Amino acid sequence: MGNYLLRRLIVAVPSLLGISLILFVLLALAPGDPFGELATNPNVPPEVREALRVKFGMNDPILLRYVRWLIAMMHGDWGFSFASRVNVDTLILQRIPTTLYVVGTAQILALAVALPVGVLAARRPYSIFDQIANTFAFIGFSLPTFFTGLLLILIFSVNLGWLPFVYRADLQATGWQWWWESIKQAIMPITVLGLYQAASYTRYVRSAVLDVIKLDYVTTARAKGLDERKVIVKHVVRNALIPVVTLVALQMPTVFGGAIVTEQIFRIPGIGSLLISAILANDTPVIMAVTFVFACLVVLFNLIADILYGWLDPRISFR
Amino acid sequence: MAGLTHASPSVEAAPVAASGKRRFSPGRDALRRFLRHRMAAASILVLALLALSIVLGPLLWRIPINEIDFTARLAPPSWEHPFGTDDLGQDLLARMIYGGRISLAVGFAAMGVALIVGIVVGALAGTSKGPVDAALMWLTDLFLSLPQLPLLLLIIYLFRDFLKGWLGPEGGVFVLIVLVIGGFRWMPVARLVRAQFLSLREKEFVEAARALGASNVRLVVRHILPNALGPVIVAGTIDVAAAIIAESTLSFLGLGFPPDIPTWGRLLFDAKDYLDIAPHWALFAGGAIFLTVIAINFIGDGLRDALDPRKVM
Amino acid sequence: MDARVAPLLEIKGLKTYFNSDEGQVQAVDGVDISINRGETLCVVGESGSGKTVTAMSVLKLIAMPPGRIAGGQILWQGRDLVPLNSSEMNKIRASEIAIVFQEPMTSLNPVYTVGDQISEVIRLHQGLSKKAAMERAAEMLALVQLPNPQRRIHDYPHHFSGGQRQRVMIAMALSCNPKLLIADEPTTALDVTIQAQILDLLLDMKERLGMSIMLITHAMGVVAEVAQRVVVMYAGRVAEEAPVERLFANPRHPYTQGLIRSIPRIDLAAVKKSRLESIPGSVPKLINPPEGCRFASRCRFAIPDCTRAQPELREIEPGHKVACIRAEETLL
Repeated sequence: MGNYLLRRLIVAVPSLLGISLILFVLLALAPGDPFGELATNPNVPPEVREALRVKFGMNDPILLRYVRWLIAMMHGDWGFSFASRVNVDTLILQRIPTTLYVVGTAQILALAVALPVGVLAARRPYSIFDQIANTFAFIGFSLPTFFTGLLLILIFSVNLGWLPFVYRADLQATGWQWWWESIKQAIMPITVLGLYQAASYTRYVRSAVLDVIKLDYVTTARAKGLDERKVIVKHVVRNALIPVVTLVALQMPTVFGGAIVTEQIFRIPGIGSLLISAILANDTPVIMAVTFVFACLVVLFNLIADILYGWLDPRISFR
Repeated sequence: MAGLTHASPSVEAAPVAASGKRRFSPGRDALRRFLRHRMAAASILVLALLALSIVLGPLLWRIPINEIDFTARLAPPSWEHPFGTDDLGQDLLARMIYGGRISLAVGFAAMGVALIVGIVVGALAGTSKGPVDAALMWLTDLFLSLPQLPLLLLIIYLFRDFLKGWLGPEGGVFVLIVLVIGGFRWMPVARLVRAQFLSLREKEFVEAARALGASNVRLVVRHILPNALGPVIVAGTIDVAAAIIAESTLSFLGLGFPPDIPTWGRLLFDAKDYLDIAPHWALFAGGAIFLTVIAINFIGDGLRDALDPRKVM
Repeated sequence: MDARVAPLLEIKGLKTYFNSDEGQVQAVDGVDISINRGETLCVVGESGSGKTVTAMSVLKLIAMPPGRIAGGQILWQGRDLVPLNSSEMNKIRASEIAIVFQEPMTSLNPVYTVGDQISEVIRLHQGLSKKAAMERAAEMLALVQLPNPQRRIHDYPHHFSGGQRQRVMIAMALSCNPKLLIADEPTTALDVTIQAQILDLLLDMKERLGMSIMLITHAMGVVAEVAQRVVVMYAGRVAEEAPVERLFANPRHPYTQGLIRSIPRIDLAAVKKSRLESIPGSVPKLINPPEGCRFASRCRFAIPDCTRAQPELREIEPGHKVACIRAEETLL
């Protein structure tokens, strides 16, 4: 197991390097200049500008610049936000727990819906329940998150007035009231994100269970005299989870994309809405850093999925 | 006895019976399977109607998309404005028709980009052994784990002004969005095509064709692509829906097409501040995206049943 | 039912049908088989003859739908299993009637250790503690002659070879002392050398534990080696049933005769360079099967009467039953 873990870690490093290279090349290829502000400023004489370029190494070979940039990124030296007037790493560290909280809760909701529905649908394929579940799954992943978000706001905030449509990190209430407000404001964003993912996950679970349920060892389990519930939970679902983990890991980029949209709709102060406001404010260091953080999060969750996979499937860790 | 059929011995008896009487050509068989998927068949109709109204709409509905009428601001649907108006009194039906053209154009163009890149990468990986194949597959896996929306936003942020100056505000953004969305969706196609190569490379008829001196390009076009076609078409269909959602997302975030171009996502973006007084605005735009995407997804599902029988349960 | 010795298992007129897109597949269509205590019965026939479906029907492991038991009785020690609900069936499965499948490579769950899988059934039926059940699992592995049982119970199925996995399956099947073991082609997927070992193991276990075995096979060689009584099945029906010596000495059904002639014989082949005989044609489709004898289309002795009515299984001498209207004629 330790060996397996190490191997997965070693695989993750090149993909992080690849992503950083892509980011850097994009930045380097982009027309315009990080020092554009200085260039258009008539008060800065050309000699000073040139001196600054040399100081920041803008005239060095591109490979050297990449290595230097990468080392800086790894040190957490992500630059200074033009718009917020603070260091980028401080800004991101402030924002990231909210994003992880919303995304994490939404994933739990998605799995809590998808696992039972997918298993039940696969138990009786083409039954009424299966067809209803399938239709809802189709509706679910055809409804873009930005539209579901607006629909929920329209229903629960505008018409019914039950839930707030702005998420606040700085709630004024205290004690029970605080908890109540926190839950209320989190319901809609988490539902939007969670149900969207639940739709795809339901289909994954259903097809994985259908694949497993006809295998010989399930018949063996039945021949043992286990009751059907135990056969399904212990012998079918346990094995069906193995491919589901892989598919869920492949969804991670989509999940974080959905988080950006959801944060934007409900004005959740996470790194997604930070990215959008940074783009609107032309705040390049923040944009680069947030994108890189998203990439790291995807790689991290893929790593977690790999670990889960190795833990679920005893055949893997020994290969 | 096959051994894996403990649970359903009917499977082994079925082919005996099937081989006897019915002889469908593969095409007709696929069509029959597609039409049996009722939602897919209905979706074809829905999509055809949508496409028709988008193409012919401007000929029949002649109100310009930017005709401002302050006397009819945020008006609900009426005979004069079947879909109502926006905050400037502009006719939403006309704007929706215009936006639909962009959405569908982006969807299909991005699919084209994804298919071309996917087929090229898959074919390259499938024909070359060793390090080239490994590198291309590593690249494919890398792209699969890229956070697409943030990168999409980053690229558009970095390159928008450059392309705008080069191809004009609308054209520049269109090319950029199509290229970038397509550039993030080629991976499944590449894997499918490569897998097809690997499984067919050793097959006799490919060997025979090679022995007869067929070039690699010819081999790909004549022998391997037709065999990979089913799954690739299914993947392409889903790409259209995903590209439409991606474009709408960008517009919804206010970072897609320029503000004066009424794409469906942009309409939603503008409508979201008027949910309380003019919900029709958001509902029509969002409903159009939803209807298009679900129709395409159902068609993809029907095509999967029809063209990729291995996947049928 | 006469009062002499009641059979352990008596299948009477069993019909198991499957619904398919093409129509109803009559996989088993009126089968009578009985097994006595301590007996080894072989059920033999080619692919599609319904022998596996019969076995699966006894334990009601048929997937329903599409399958269903359309008629007949399965009397287990006099009690009909057909109307039982699933929880009543679960008390009989493994504890009274156990089964071993053809594919040892896929019959064990890959994510649990073999100890977990064997102890699961022991705990279920004998209510032992987890620790005691593991002990017993190790004993069972020792009984089926797997070396190092104490260590191997902690291994996963992929650590075992095909023959070893079949031993594990047998250990699992026998762990609750069943009165009947159904072995569905237990050696077909194995190497020839391993096949003999597994058959020996089965017979050895039978002697030690005093159970009955219903061995399903398509290999007449296996039948000759292990069976006491033989049931020959063809296209969902019993063609012939006899004690093993009678069957080989005096096969009365043309299909049985064909099966026996298709056994490769090294001694004859060396002398006469004779070609191995095979039965022409294949099992008929079981959707709307032909009227009359289902073997008629492949039978070289068929006469017009054969296709008129379904031949009944008749007892032509004590213990020897044949479903052929020309059984008494000497056709060989």
